[in-house]
Amino acid sequence: MLEFIFADSWSPYIVGSLIGVLSWFSFIISKKALGTSTTFARGSAKLGAVFLGSEVYDWKYYQKYKPELEWQSMLVIGIVIGSFISAVLSGEFNLSLIPVTDFESILNQNILGRLFSAFVGGIFLGFGARLAGGCTSGHGISGTFQLSIASWISLIGFFVGGAVTAFIIL
Amino acid sequence: MESKTRLIKGLATGIVFGFLLQRGGVTDYNVLVGQLLLEDFTVAKIILTAVVVGMLGVHFLSDRGLVELKPKSGSLRRTIPGSLIFGAGFALLGYCPGTIAGAIGQGSVDALLFGLSGIFVGSFLFAAFYERYDNLIEKNKFKFNTFPELFKINHWLVIVPLSALIIIFLVWIESIGF
Repeated sequence: MLEFIFADSWSPYIVGSLIGVLSWFSFIISKKALGTSTTFARGSAKLGAVFLGSEVYDWKYYQKYKPELEWQSMLVIGIVIGSFISAVLSGEFNLSLIPVTDFESILNQNILGRLFSAFVGGIFLGFGARLAGGCTSGHGISGTFQLSIASWISLIGFFVGGAVTAFIIL
Repeated sequence: MESKTRLIKGLATGIVFGFLLQRGGVTDYNVLVGQLLLEDFTVAKIILTAVVVGMLGVHFLSDRGLVELKPKSGSLRRTIPGSLIFGAGFALLGYCPGTIAGAIGQGSVDALLFGLSGIFVGSFLFAAFYERYDNLIEKNKFKFNTFPELFKINHWLVIVPLSALIIIFLVWIESIGF
């Protein structure tokens, strides 16, 4: 048991099954599906208000998704904490500015390249998630298992768009 | 603002989710990019296993009236370009919105400083785009949200073959050495 808790990693099938079980409990306890990307949309209103003033809060999108702390924002904060606990227990926590990787490229092995790839990638990710209406968790896991048509198309689109881009840039 | 109890429920769910993502290896840049380059199938194994387990459980619970499902809607004009743009961002950044939170917890400063600010900017740009073109964006939504509704069949007639197909795929992936 102790070995299991401190192990570097768990089998993807154990982790996948436990995420599936976590989804049941999320529906039972919170009446919500696991998802994360709406939180970044809510947060983006605050950022926009810093540059453009508080009238951005009146925008239609921010009327639908108000910039306030709610269940999913707490879930995202929880992910940071949970990952930190797991990384500390398995001795995997380390501060890094550039990912240590075998897939070396100017986009990830120098600081300016990484700033560019991470920032521009983040912009695409944020915009794409809002247009598609979800991310790898909201569409890719929670939406697909509810047999949503949009979620299955999204899951395929995420990996097709991702694979094509990855083969081009790396 | 939501009640304190709900906020705590969200936080607790997130802590378990983050622990699992980190322990599964999917908060690691290499594992995520490795999946997109088709060299490492950890991401597919986790997602597909979660889909099978999640699907069997929530539909069982929903048939008994214990939970209420909320399948997402979409439209071709939103879902296809949105998911492809998302994919391009996923490859550039090396994380998705959930795993980036995990990567931050694990100490990836590039995720926190550059990636996170990019996601906020991208989401803000969408809100600006939506302010102007909301009518166009919201048009032509799918008439049916789910496959059982589309095919007008009982959901278990989709769940059982789909689960079998996923399990066969995973066994095949293992058998060819991934």
